[in-house]
Amino acid sequence: MHIRITSSDGIPIYLQIVNQVKYLVASGRLSPGEELPPIRVLAEQLLVNPNTVARAYRELEMAGAVTKRRTAGTYVSQRGSPLERRERLRILTERVDALLAEARQMDVTVDQVFELIRRRDEKMQPGEKQE
Amino acid sequence: MTDTGRLDLETVVRIERVTRRFGSTTALDDVSLSVPRGAVFGLVGVNGAGKTTLLRHVLGLLKAQTGRVRVFGLDPVADPVGVLSKIGYLSEEKDLPDWMRVDELLHYSRAFYSSWDDRYAEELRQTFDLDPAKKIEQLSRGQRARAGLLVALAYRPELLVLDEPSSGLDPIVRRDILAAIIRTISEEGRTVLFSSHLLDEVERVCDRVTMIDEGRIVLSGELDQLKGSYRCLTVHFDAPQSHPPAIAGALAWEGGGHEWSAVCNARCDALQAAAAAAGARIVEQRVPSLDEIFVAQVGKKCPVPVGE
Repeated sequence: MHIRITSSDGIPIYLQIVNQVKYLVASGRLSPGEELPPIRVLAEQLLVNPNTVARAYRELEMAGAVTKRRTAGTYVSQRGSPLERRERLRILTERVDALLAEARQMDVTVDQVFELIRRRDEKMQPGEKQE
Repeated sequence: MTDTGRLDLETVVRIERVTRRFGSTTALDDVSLSVPRGAVFGLVGVNGAGKTTLLRHVLGLLKAQTGRVRVFGLDPVADPVGVLSKIGYLSEEKDLPDWMRVDELLHYSRAFYSSWDDRYAEELRQTFDLDPAKKIEQLSRGQRARAGLLVALAYRPELLVLDEPSSGLDPIVRRDILAAIIRTISEEGRTVLFSSHLLDEVERVCDRVTMIDEGRIVLSGELDQLKGSYRCLTVHFDAPQSHPPAIAGALAWEGGGHEWSAVCNARCDALQAAAAAAGARIVEQRVPSLDEIFVAQVGKKCPVPVGE
């Protein structure tokens, strides 16, 4: 699992981990059922406070992206997160708003944004990235 | 939000209203802080801000002229053995006996600590690739730092005190030091207190930060909360301005003409209203890095050293 932390852009470190794990899952680089590294191991690898990794894992668990198994270990959830559809749409709406605002400021039309989204989606198809 | 919330009530280091003068210089001015068990506590400030003086009080090397210092509930000056046996200490210039060989250093050091762990010491020696037959004086600067770190860690101290541990060291040794900090707190109930001017390191590993400047505490708190109370703001004017806008909480403005940026210590909604009142609109708003907050708070007076 490859994660990069930067402390220069102001995004909290736990959120950087959350976002990147979600991205790795969405792009198929982490498969359902795959185990995430233990908190201590990832903390030492990224050189961040273990509490920060623990917080990221908790957020991911709450978002339904990962599941904690009783014996120990955190695993990527099987498809179909338990997150309410409305909640999922709410999260996405925030992102879309931010994207549209930025597009407007840059004089990029909504159609061009659609086209960009379609192209990125093709790039992100899991099957094509696997070796 | 920490996992050790239950233990947070326990205070390992408590400094109460300590003032310290050296001649006419005030090195510490009415400083109070407490370090809870299990915390990674970062002390930041420019060189000469008072960080080392503060740490020397914790170690009992300096006696508080006014105020009170307690470490594990004990006075480190009155009970140096009780306090120092629980502290692992590494300074920028660790005074290691140059004439000793690495294996002699380990043998010598273990005699001081009943909790010295031979297996752990050997594991660290191998990880750090320290040649037991080499004399300390033959070691490179990085290897000396690793030897010092080994001695500070091998008895598994309850409190690890690091004074500018990565100053002047290469990125690989700095990695070792950070990894050691993380490993230390991964072990239940251990606490780290360290000073640094490398703020990206502090931001990575600390959960609490105290910023000192000219012997005074400028800022202190949990890192997340502290960062959350600041915004880095960029405002846009339709007409170019020759002076930055008057917005309460803005620490230092940069830019000119149509766009001005500042680190602000204020709430979002207050900033929004203030910007509107000044005839500007906010075009960018984000949480600043610790480095940006530091520069905005104390950087105006003295330049901040950038990481070596």
